[in-house]
Amino acid sequence: MVTQRVDHKWGMVVDLDRCTGCQACVVACQSENNLPINTKDLFLQRRAYEWIRIERYWEGEFPDVKARFIPILCQHCENAPCEPVCPVFATYHNDEGLNVQIYNRCVGTRYCANNCPYQVRFFNYWEPVWPERLRNHLNPDVTVRSRGIMEKCSFCVQRIRRAEVTVERRERSNLDYATMKKRNFLPACVSACPTNALNFADQADVSGPVKEYFDDVNEHPHGEAHDRKTRGYRLLEEMGTKPNVIYLKKVDPFPLRKGVSHGS
Amino acid sequence: MQEGRVLPAREINRDLLRSILTTPNWYWVTVAIMAIIVLGAMSAAGMMINKGMGLTGLNRPVMWGFFIVNFVFWIGISHAGVMLSAILRLSKAEWRRPATRAAEVLTVFSLMTAVMMPLIHTGRPWRLVYWVYTLPFVPYDFARGIWPNVRSPLVWDPSAIFTYLTSSILFVMVALIPDMAVLRDRTTGIRHQAYALMAMGWQGTPRQWKLQIIAGILLSALILPVFVSVHSIVSWDFGMAVSVKSWHSTIFAPYLVVGAVHSGVSAVVFVMILLRWIYGWENYIRHEHIDALGRLLIVVATGWFYFFVMEVIFGFYGREADEIAVRNFQFTQPPWNLWFIFFTGLTYFLPVSLWLFKWTRRNLWIMSIACISVNIGMWLERFLIIVPGLAQKQMFTFDWYTYAPSAVEITIIGGTFAMVTLLMLLFSKVLPLIPLYDIKEGDILKTEIKIGRATVPATFRED
Repeated sequence: MVTQRVDHKWGMVVDLDRCTGCQACVVACQSENNLPINTKDLFLQRRAYEWIRIERYWEGEFPDVKARFIPILCQHCENAPCEPVCPVFATYHNDEGLNVQIYNRCVGTRYCANNCPYQVRFFNYWEPVWPERLRNHLNPDVTVRSRGIMEKCSFCVQRIRRAEVTVERRERSNLDYATMKKRNFLPACVSACPTNALNFADQADVSGPVKEYFDDVNEHPHGEAHDRKTRGYRLLEEMGTKPNVIYLKKVDPFPLRKGVSHGS
Repeated sequence: MQEGRVLPAREINRDLLRSILTTPNWYWVTVAIMAIIVLGAMSAAGMMINKGMGLTGLNRPVMWGFFIVNFVFWIGISHAGVMLSAILRLSKAEWRRPATRAAEVLTVFSLMTAVMMPLIHTGRPWRLVYWVYTLPFVPYDFARGIWPNVRSPLVWDPSAIFTYLTSSILFVMVALIPDMAVLRDRTTGIRHQAYALMAMGWQGTPRQWKLQIIAGILLSALILPVFVSVHSIVSWDFGMAVSVKSWHSTIFAPYLVVGAVHSGVSAVVFVMILLRWIYGWENYIRHEHIDALGRLLIVVATGWFYFFVMEVIFGFYGREADEIAVRNFQFTQPPWNLWFIFFTGLTYFLPVSLWLFKWTRRNLWIMSIACISVNIGMWLERFLIIVPGLAQKQMFTFDWYTYAPSAVEITIIGGTFAMVTLLMLLFSKVLPLIPLYDIKEGDILKTEIKIGRATVPATFRED
């Protein structure tokens, strides 16, 4: 019996000040979500699958140079540009604030990937293959996607569902952050992050780590971002996609000398 | 006043039915070559469906490539038919007569070819049942409340294209009825029966003529909105994409419609020159017709150029940084800037400077070169619209990449050209590519008689 249903609205907060660019999240995501092995060939073809990826940008000119890292994953936008363009409703927004991809429906027009400003949609250009020794490695909770369809970060919806079922039906306790966390509902990238740069919770959950940032950013939308009390911002906020992922600005105590141009 | 002499009806029939009633040696050779290319392209497509889209040159930022370019190109070619038949028919341009049929047929065949492109382009063409719901015999999964997403331009797009395909096939069929009757009377056996079926009991009575003319004019008027909407809607596939800055523009609809007419009419001129050369129809496709089409093309090309310049200017005028960045990429970075120079030269400056003079417009070689150059240029234009905006999608420079087509893609693109040629050739074998009755009607209208010293037209149209 379901004790109480909570209208969840999931959200993630990425603290760029904590991110070291170690790529643990990338590897965790890879093994959790049955992503094919990104071989050298796939990278050279620019068809690698990275549901979460660390983008690395260089700031300044050598020797005054700094590396900047930003983990980019599906932003689960409230006004997702990818959703209205799919002719077959293979991608839609569910009532928990997740942007969901239905693999069965997808015909592979790739319009959603064109229309995603964050470039976080990945197309299966080849039938995915795994080495023989990884045969038993696949996660049984996640579909293996065939060639010709689009896939993307799901906020590890399979973990959320499993934790919900455990908490609700077996333990009959509340679906709050602390209880759910014990049942390992966090997405793979969040659990793997060694510096706690990634945080995931219900946006309204007082016991969760993300509420203050979402409240702050929602209270002061793009036009009045300077009024914000936290370091929070959304990616490409001016596009009005309203992502459910918030980034926290990097605190830079030792900025580069002025007049140094941005190199690539 | 029209050039050329008035031909007796018997001679018109003999000349224009020559392509059907006799078979030259080169015919089957050409058909075989084209069929082999089409088969090659089909097996390439089959291989791609079997192995996956990885056989193309597409990658993560550039998800749409040659197939979509080719799709837009053939949709563009298909705009010639209505432009020449419907618009010129309603505006009573006499010189349209020999061009109409070829243009309409080219419309139908290029539309059929264009429709294939998105199907080949999708990752799982065997799941198209979810998408192409517009065909009535497709069992769509309504029972479980699963509907197509009507917000998607990719749903508007097949609706518009299938409407256009249906109406242009109707348009050709209505115009064909009198010619079918002529063929019915000149063939025997199974061909006679087939033509008799398609002639639908045409006897040439005044009532039948009246109905046929009314149907033609009605269809011309009804097809015009479809004509404008088809390429507008195809352009919205790009215009509605908020995230690709160089696509997201309100000017795309008129820009692409005019561009479509530009490339389509040029293609028809080239097809007409070819027909004149192949079947020796010098008396029907005359220099005056090519000349008139050349003058029309100057207007269309300049209209297109205006929209092209406006599209570039809007980005700069609005100071939209992302769009300016894409323009900067297109205009300054090799190889895109070279393609850009080729494209503007081939689409506008070369052909229009060739069309400006009467002697060049009446030289068939020069006209052929100009028309082919327009089509190469317009193909490049679609390529330059579609790919650079994706390759350097703002803002995440980390993900920028480029695009080069693979051999499979090039084979399939070549196959579409062979397919249109093949279909046109097969059509020329069964049905006349120049409307017989239309030529006769034109001849009657230009017959003149002498009354005293004055020369006046023998017939007046009451309209």
